[in-house]
Amino acid sequence: MDWKSIPQEYLVHNVKLCLGGKLSAETGYLHVKDGKVKAIGDGKLSVENVPTFDGNGAVLSPGFIDVHVHFREPGREEKESIHTGSRAAAAGGFTSVVTMPNTLPPVDSAPMITYQFDRARESGLCRVFPTGAISKNQDGESLTEFGDMVAAGAVGFTDDGAPVMNGSLMKYALQYSKMLGIPVTCHAEDTSLAGSGVMHAGSWSAKLGLPGIPRVAEDSMIYRDCELARATGGHLHVAHISTKGAVETVRRAKADGINVTAEATPHHFTLNHSHCQTFSPMFKMNPPLREESDVEAVIAGLCDGTIDCIATDHAPHTVMEKELMFDQAPFGIIGLETALAVGITSLVKAGKLDLGKLVYLMTEAAAKIYNLPGGKLEEGTDADFVLFDPEQQWTVLADEVQSRSSNSPWLGEKLTGRVKATFMGGRNTWLDKDFS
Amino acid sequence: MALSSKDLIGLEHMSQEEITLILDTADAFRAVFDRPVRKVPIMRGKTVVNLFFEPSTRTRISFELAEQRLSADIINFSASSSSLKKGETLRDTAENIAAMKIDMIVMRHSSPGAAQYLADVLDASVINAGDGPHEHPTQGLLDIMTMRHKLGSLEGKKITIIGDISHSRVARSNIYGLTKLGAEVTLCGPPTMVPGAMEQLGAKVEFDLKKAVRDADALNILRIQLERQSQMVFPSNREYALMFGIDEEVLRTTKPECFVMHPGPMNREVEISSAVADGPRQVILDQVTNGVAVRMAVIYLLSGGDPGSLAGRG
Ligand SMILES: [Zn+2]
Repeated sequence: MDWKSIPQEYLVHNVKLCLGGKLSAETGYLHVKDGKVKAIGDGKLSVENVPTFDGNGAVLSPGFIDVHVHFREPGREEKESIHTGSRAAAAGGFTSVVTMPNTLPPVDSAPMITYQFDRARESGLCRVFPTGAISKNQDGESLTEFGDMVAAGAVGFTDDGAPVMNGSLMKYALQYSKMLGIPVTCHAEDTSLAGSGVMHAGSWSAKLGLPGIPRVAEDSMIYRDCELARATGGHLHVAHISTKGAVETVRRAKADGINVTAEATPHHFTLNHSHCQTFSPMFKMNPPLREESDVEAVIAGLCDGTIDCIATDHAPHTVMEKELMFDQAPFGIIGLETALAVGITSLVKAGKLDLGKLVYLMTEAAAKIYNLPGGKLEEGTDADFVLFDPEQQWTVLADEVQSRSSNSPWLGEKLTGRVKATFMGGRNTWLDKDFS
Repeated sequence: MALSSKDLIGLEHMSQEEITLILDTADAFRAVFDRPVRKVPIMRGKTVVNLFFEPSTRTRISFELAEQRLSADIINFSASSSSLKKGETLRDTAENIAAMKIDMIVMRHSSPGAAQYLADVLDASVINAGDGPHEHPTQGLLDIMTMRHKLGSLEGKKITIIGDISHSRVARSNIYGLTKLGAEVTLCGPPTMVPGAMEQLGAKVEFDLKKAVRDADALNILRIQLERQSQMVFPSNREYALMFGIDEEVLRTTKPECFVMHPGPMNREVEISSAVADGPRQVILDQVTNGVAVRMAVIYLLSGGDPGSLAGRG
């Protein structure tokens, strides 16, 4: 059977199922009908008159879910659009993403949410769940219409990219969103402490003469926001946690019963500030790459559950922007297409985490943060799934990147673990070039 | 012996031998200055572009003079007088330069790493005339040349650098160059300007000025950028002068032969008193003269000059 023409009802066999945080030792099957899972399990199933596809021994897991992406539409389509972002997501094995609202203009009203849903539906390559801005125009002054945006489908609120310096606004956001049952996500950065910083403040920034962003810029805001979550009972979600102090604060907050969740990016659990010594803006992101002790703390947080899930902070920028000098280039890197491979290479192959747990952090655990559908494959759920080869080595090449931008620190690097095919609602959204 | 790179980006990646070679060559050029004809035809037919994206008078004039004395053709390009605007990257500028077949580029830029970037994309030699707070290697070399004239070998000598170390390319190049030649470097200034992480560059940090100057063989006093006062980095010029300014009273607490350097331009009565700036212990104008010689040496060596043949000319 040809993977390119998928019928309404089909079977996938010769796959290793990775469900509920566990990789099965034996091969199994998936039976899809009308975009839903009809049956799934280990062993073999044959149904008469239903075409069967051979998974070639690949791992089959729920489609990945990335709760932190920047798709730039509307306003910055030269970096990415909802369509090109969805294409990158599919190529990375993702079937659902949560978009950040710092577009131009920002997503700060219900019609903007509706617009993004419409664009995603036209593209049809990925389920896109928009968040709305906390403050109108992300100016940090007054609350947006949370209720109206939730009615339009917003899954959370955040001023990501424009940190909320006003503690009262953050408090009100947590109180108000609690009523609606959705989280408020913080990009934790005291902008007065971050100042004009462009990388982690430490030995390398001192050496390179680049202004630093100290850990305390992040630590202090995460402490503030955890205490606000305690005081209000609202759900605080900590985006892209990067320091050992922040991980410790979240760990303590959870032990205290505060309603807080956290995500970490592949770059923060893999790379450190020494990479900035090349002055390549591919290593410029916010929060910045920290020290090895922070990388270890983030990994420990992922292992012990302090950090709930992995999210990429996929942040496309044009080639021209990333050819600027380090201090002038914008913050951020793309991440959707390398997330699985970086996870396998730096966590699974390094013996820090098993594959089942990694997949769990990229699926079920991510879905829980924003109460998203998906992340599980059971009878009756949407047939959102991915097939990947956890052993295949490949080199990240700019020409093969599906995002409109190619600002990745892993360009030219060899990684292990490759997405072979992605399916959303039973429909094929990505097929690797050699997969048939 | 020759330099290992086509460029001079910083002293961090230079060997002790290379630094010594440049200094010896600079000494030979310095000898030429006292002759009636100070010009040598070494760079005849070669074109050097002085690319200044940040205003600079002293460094640019010093480089121009060095280039003229080597008989190079010179093109001056400064950002204020060019069409450079937001949206044009350094790569665009670099490609334009490459298309014009230039032999050498002297660049000042506000961004750390800019000189390295240019050097990586161009076949022409690149001399870093300051990349933000990162490095300013020819300043470091001229400071070291001046110290070498006064102190002989720098092995075991104690050099104290005073001022806003955090934002100083002069300090970084001094630290790298001096420590490679065996000197002990102490950094002094208020903690808001002297990050502890600077110790990892191989220098000592001392916030007490008295202790920092007591055993020093030379003081290198950095210019205080007065606008940093508004950024809460230090309270006032007055307080800076009181706590870290070098005046005759401070010099009375040093070794009698300890001398004073300043890369200029000076804020008199802030980091340095006029009495010191004009007094017998300073070598500030010597630094300026040596600057031309060091830059001639660097240009000469990077364009493939043979240090041996230069000695023959003398
Ligand atoms: Zn962010």
